[in-house]
Amino acid sequence: MPTETVKSKVEDTSRTWVSGLDELEKTPITETRWGRFASRLWAGTWPKVLALVIVIGAWQVLFLSEWKAPWVLPAPLTVWQDLVEYAATPDYLQAIVITLQRALTGFALSVAVGSVLGIAVARFKPLRAAIGSLITGLQTMPSIMWFPLAILLFKISESAILFVVVLGAVPSIANGIISGIDYVPPAWKRVGAVLGMKGFQLYRHVILPATLPSFVSGLKQGWAFAWRSLMAGELLVIVAGQGSIGALMQGAREFNDSARVLTWIITVLVIGILVDTLFKAADNRIRKSWGLSTDR
Amino acid sequence: MTQTRNETRVEDTARAAGAVVLTDVVKRYGRGPGAVTALDGVSLTVEPGRFVCLLGASGCGKSTLLSLVAGLDDISGGKVEHVDQPVAMMFQESALFPWLTVLGNVEIALRVRGVGRAERRRRALELLETVRLTGFAHKRPHELSGGMRQRVALARALAQDASVLLMDEPFGALDAMTRDLLHDELERIWREQNLTVLFVTHNVREAVRLGDQVVLLSSRPGRVLNVYDVELDRPRRIDSAPVAALAAEITDALREEVGRHAN
Repeated sequence: MPTETVKSKVEDTSRTWVSGLDELEKTPITETRWGRFASRLWAGTWPKVLALVIVIGAWQVLFLSEWKAPWVLPAPLTVWQDLVEYAATPDYLQAIVITLQRALTGFALSVAVGSVLGIAVARFKPLRAAIGSLITGLQTMPSIMWFPLAILLFKISESAILFVVVLGAVPSIANGIISGIDYVPPAWKRVGAVLGMKGFQLYRHVILPATLPSFVSGLKQGWAFAWRSLMAGELLVIVAGQGSIGALMQGAREFNDSARVLTWIITVLVIGILVDTLFKAADNRIRKSWGLSTDR
Repeated sequence: MTQTRNETRVEDTARAAGAVVLTDVVKRYGRGPGAVTALDGVSLTVEPGRFVCLLGASGCGKSTLLSLVAGLDDISGGKVEHVDQPVAMMFQESALFPWLTVLGNVEIALRVRGVGRAERRRRALELLETVRLTGFAHKRPHELSGGMRQRVALARALAQDASVLLMDEPFGALDAMTRDLLHDELERIWREQNLTVLFVTHNVREAVRLGDQVVLLSSRPGRVLNVYDVELDRPRRIDSAPVAALAAEITDALREEVGRHAN
């Protein structure tokens, strides 16, 4: 049949054309994966190393200038020795475990409360009008302000600390979700509607996944607030028998042990950086898989 | 789905799968003296299996018309009838979900309809084969070109298994070469799947290249000005003389309509 042959010839040409164009659209990969990984690692590392060298150098200069007595401001090396020795003791590790446990409990609770609150506020207009700006107001409130009330409510206890940690972190997490939901591109919602999604399905398949980047940045900020509130809380609310970071640090101050205080400051800083790295990794992963990062 | 095109009588079309019948459709935005009439008494019968292009300048409410047919917007007056709900729809932007792979983006349409996991996968891969993107099933949308993304969006629309496909300037943002290619692809898929297509565009040649019928709409408010039957053999080429000739005729009518709004 002549018409069939004509048709299949047309079919063949267009198939070739399609795959040819598709092939041309692919970006050629020039570097090997390892090469890229190494250069990226180096690019991320050297500024940090340089910054550290500058800070320690300035500290050493300040120490040598005898601005303060050595027992008040110890040399970097003294603090390093204390850190290395102390890090090997069970007290040190246990303090970190206790503090991290508190942080994680408070953070988990905040994520649960903040998510529910965020979705509720984004979904119901009157609720937003009622407490939308209150949430942002709470976010700007220094969490240390809550401690007197927390102590009156819960006495000197774990609950008092937890209360303040949750109050500190919830607004950020809720705000992350709220702004995420507000900024879902209408085109995605329209596709959801065309595909026949309604109510819960639309939330499950479109709106909540679409809020992911904003949710993660809310989590990151929420963690920062939780961690800060926790440190403030541990210095103020020293629960008997719980040798947390804050409690041990307060103890070191009472013994005029500056090196120990600095050891704890460095420890807390390092924990903060490590956690931030985790959030950054999550954030990068999302941006990369969504095609939001510039490097491919 | 196995409707033969020519044997359907017009009075039966409202009840036939794949037919779309618009009767005196009115769409107003707002109320009172400030209200804007986007569509004013649009009547149109699209027979099953036909490819109908809606053509008009800005402000003719062509996209509004599709939203009404899709049920995305409420109608102010008249009737829209089509037998199988819901209809499938595609937009100028592919609006693929970046958190899903290409395959996942097609599967989601099946998932919403309650298709089981294994069947979902099988059917989605089949549809990707239809749009010739099998090799890209596990890529993310951002790794694809604009034309490829529109093909994924087409596969997702096909996954709705509706016999009516609404397309709102689906190739408007693509370069000419990719657009030509997608015209061929769409024509092939339209025939294979025996779809009824309502295709909105402001590109006259595109309308003539693709349509069995070209419906010319007036602007502000939108009304049907004229319906052109395109009796040219397929496959057509957008740069062929007969296509260009009819396009020129329609363009003149369109210019006249646009000129009416000059002050």
